[in-house]
Amino acid sequence: MKEVSFGQYYPVSSFVHRLDPRMKLFFLVAFIVAIFVADSFYGLAVCAFVLALVVAWSKVPVLKVFRAVRGVLFLALFTAAINLLFHTGETVYWEYGILCISKEGILFSAYLILRLFLLVICSSMLTYTTTPVSLTDGIESILTPLKWVKFPVHALALIMSIALRMIPTLMEETERIKNAQTARGANFESGNLFKRIKAFIPVLIPLLLSAFRRADELSDAMEARCYKGEKRTKYKKLQFTWRDLVVLFVIAALITGVALLRVYVGEIL
Amino acid sequence: MHAIEFRDVDFAYGEGEFRIQKLNFSVEKGEFVAILGHNGSGKSTLARLSNGILLPDAGEIRVFGTLLDEKHLYDVRSRVGVVFQNPDNQTVASVVEDDIAFGAENVGLAREEIGKRIDFALSAVGMEAYRDATVARLSGGQKQRVAIAGVLALRPDVMILDESTAMLDPKGRREIMEVVQKLNRDEGVTVLLITHFVEEALLADRALVMSKGGIVMQGAPAEIFSRGDELLAYDLTLPRIGIIAKRLREGGMSVSDTLDVEKLAEEIAGCVS
Repeated sequence: MKEVSFGQYYPVSSFVHRLDPRMKLFFLVAFIVAIFVADSFYGLAVCAFVLALVVAWSKVPVLKVFRAVRGVLFLALFTAAINLLFHTGETVYWEYGILCISKEGILFSAYLILRLFLLVICSSMLTYTTTPVSLTDGIESILTPLKWVKFPVHALALIMSIALRMIPTLMEETERIKNAQTARGANFESGNLFKRIKAFIPVLIPLLLSAFRRADELSDAMEARCYKGEKRTKYKKLQFTWRDLVVLFVIAALITGVALLRVYVGEIL
Repeated sequence: MHAIEFRDVDFAYGEGEFRIQKLNFSVEKGEFVAILGHNGSGKSTLARLSNGILLPDAGEIRVFGTLLDEKHLYDVRSRVGVVFQNPDNQTVASVVEDDIAFGAENVGLAREEIGKRIDFALSAVGMEAYRDATVARLSGGQKQRVAIAGVLALRPDVMILDESTAMLDPKGRREIMEVVQKLNRDEGVTVLLITHFVEEALLADRALVMSKGGIVMQGAPAEIFSRGDELLAYDLTLPRIGIIAKRLREGGMSVSDTLDVEKLAEEIAGCVS
């Protein structure tokens, strides 16, 4: 089976792994805020430093962390290229019609790429260090107030955790169907984009059918294990510990840091 | 009082398409019963009827004397667990421990009790070392053992295995059968093993053969398998050991129709020397 990088849990025991998922979600939100508050490379450097701390405390191999970036590499380069060519500035190195490459353009593109990478790495750190179950538990707990307005919080959390649980199974299945169709002479590798998409239909239809069959069997299995959607207890109870307090301090320091840099140092572009 | 009792049960998926017709049988507490049958014989429908995933159109099903109806659905389901065929379609959670907890959470047990149940279920299926493992990375046999543990966490009196070994390799199949035998012997769990592998039925106290929605043969496995031609009529074959003994007899060797490998080996040795 191919290694799925994004959204895969990396099972080790570490400081970050043992954090409360709610605190990790809060950290992600705070981090995103910090990235957008940081309007200079100094600000991003502070964010990168904090993220490096997180990676170090998580015991997730650095190579794996960088692998998460691969998925958005094309998007990053595309955005950077557009900005590089269209961003006007004072120090112009090259010009052709409306296109120009300037010092400011280069800096701004670099700034954008860096921001995107920090964002992606931070969110994959969340999935590397948090099991889907505890993540959905966290989301469920955060959304609990919505129960007051009759929002089916538990059902939503269950749907999410089953979807996450089914990802590897369905990936395996896709691979199997692809192999089966290849053996029957299907060609997924050549032809133009339209042809390739068309070649995928014989994969998608069996996949969809089997997903429905799986859903049907899973619902039987859940019912057989007394699932009725209400009056459930929870085995894993979320609890804040001293670790989460540490994270709270880190978040406070991070936000204060980037905010101060923004006010006193200002834009460096 | 029977563990499970079917009385004149009818069930049809659609108008006139009977899957189960006038089915009568019972299973005693602590018994290990194998149900054999070819595809479409109604044996999986029987499993789904036994814990109320399907409700009968006519007749009644009783579980430890309790009538299985809408009102007693969850009482019955917590006493009768079902392990299904495909291990990938039974696990709800990504991590072994969380999946085993699912059933226990559904019936509203306290946290400490759920923890104890998980310990018990994991050790019963010999998967203690995999408590924090990701289900997707386990082998087929291991996944199916997790599925069994998930059912065991509800502490059922009866466990139904609906072709639970059909998708496994020989090693996985052996693992599951060992676990099932152990549960039946040590924990006193009543086992209803639905299968089309005749070899597995040899381990049971009693075997039932189903065809076209009814029970057509029943008795001790050895007795059932001594009626090879009849089995063939229901699209079932003898276990391999039985076929060997039969061929040897046809070839003129005087061996009995035993299904015990050791015994047959001794008899052959006796004939040869």
